[in-house]
Amino acid sequence: MKENVAISVKDVGMRFNLNQEHVDNLKEYFIKLLKRNLKYNEFWALKGINFEVKKGERLGVLGLNGSGKSTLLKVVSGVLKPSAGKVQTRGVVAPLLELGAGFSPQYTGRENIYLYGAVLGYKKSFLDEKFDEIADFSGLGEFIEVPIKNYSSGMKSRLGFSIATIVEPDILILDEVLSVGDKKFRTKCEKKIMNMFDKGVTVLFVSHSLEQVQRLCNKAIILDSGRLVAHGAVDKVARIYKNMTD
Amino acid sequence: MDIKKYIKNFLNYKYLLYELVKKNIKLKYRRSYLGILWTLIEPLLTMMVLTLVFGTLFGRDDRTFPVYVLCGRLLFSFFSSSTKAGLKAVSGNAAMIKKVYVPKYIYVIASIISNFVTFLISLIVLVGVGIVLRVHPTIYILEAVFPVIILLVMSLGAGLILATLDVFFRDVEYIWSVATMLISYASAIFYPTDRVIGTGNAWVFDINPVYMCIANFRNAVLYGQPMNIVYCTRSAIVAVCLLAAGAILFYKNQDKFILHI
Repeated sequence: MKENVAISVKDVGMRFNLNQEHVDNLKEYFIKLLKRNLKYNEFWALKGINFEVKKGERLGVLGLNGSGKSTLLKVVSGVLKPSAGKVQTRGVVAPLLELGAGFSPQYTGRENIYLYGAVLGYKKSFLDEKFDEIADFSGLGEFIEVPIKNYSSGMKSRLGFSIATIVEPDILILDEVLSVGDKKFRTKCEKKIMNMFDKGVTVLFVSHSLEQVQRLCNKAIILDSGRLVAHGAVDKVARIYKNMTD
Repeated sequence: MDIKKYIKNFLNYKYLLYELVKKNIKLKYRRSYLGILWTLIEPLLTMMVLTLVFGTLFGRDDRTFPVYVLCGRLLFSFFSSSTKAGLKAVSGNAAMIKKVYVPKYIYVIASIISNFVTFLISLIVLVGVGIVLRVHPTIYILEAVFPVIILLVMSLGAGLILATLDVFFRDVEYIWSVATMLISYASAIFYPTDRVIGTGNAWVFDINPVYMCIANFRNAVLYGQPMNIVYCTRSAIVAVCLLAAGAILFYKNQDKFILHI
């Protein structure tokens, strides 16, 4: 991988086995095995994807529902291992995917900051130091000592966003997260993300809002049924996308 | 396979392991008035019940019978609760595993270690009961470390295997709960072994690695005599084999987990 490349995606394919019925117990498995009925419908959510994102570039990922956008983000962030091809990233990756989904409901906000922070790979000393900043940014006030199960969904995503963005990542992976919380918090989020942009972070951004992608990104790709159909400067790609969707 | 890279990766997640262990222990006792004290009260109460039923009602008046029962019960409940927690470690943390990359074995190790910690705490009860019933410790008490470590390795191996199987077949949970019941009856927890040996069925103990650990633990703690070397080596071999099998099975399948949970 070249020095100035932050994300390199080579020939990546992601295959899922779509069983008509989900076989997850032994009895069914053996009956089907004996009847030679273990059929899988192969489904490639991504196929032959090739692109590179240079350091400091902001790449928007466009595509209709089910075109493989989220799968692509999961492959890049390492949650999914591609069935074919290779993904390489350089530096600290901060994936902001479905914020707050990994919280422990019985734990308080404070405890979840440490737990979720540890999941994201932060050290304890780092979390001790940044705790006030995280709590402040989330704007939860005294709710920080209340179990998460009593939070509203907005509060959860605010806390998730605050924890995930406390590092200064080299690569930021955003999946529609700019729609969290109320207007006030959204503005705060955008400001924080813009701030990271200024520091030259590399971004992978998924959104359905073409306007948002044009505003935030300088490059874009279009996915259609798991294939890469366009790649280039954001305005050019946006025009193609408009023609596709109209 | 680059072993060094794996060790380094593991060390990076040391703090996560600590947080997960803390979470498992904390949440286990949250909202109970006595909290962590239950780790001590619960084995004490079961010991009393088992002594009452299998000691007094069966007409045994062995002074140290409660210690005998307690040794068996503490070790066995560590084995059964840690393997049961290990079994659910991957399928139960689906929400987390689907969102952020973390080496998945961390969840299994965390569930085994948190049960190990509560086991170590519950040993306080054994010390207390031992003093009250005037069990005289000898130098051989130090050998208690061996069966405990062997059992830990065994649980980890079994946990990795069960966690992998449970991802693909949820039946494993029910099968394992019956299997642990069988192992518990074959581990001489609340009955003296001579009854079984007397009927010519000593083989039950000779093939049960959990019993071998319990027997050596009793040798060290209760009887104050050197451990049974055959039991020790045999159970150690089983433990290492289970761990190796578990590690390989888990490693080979871990990339498929996410498609099934």
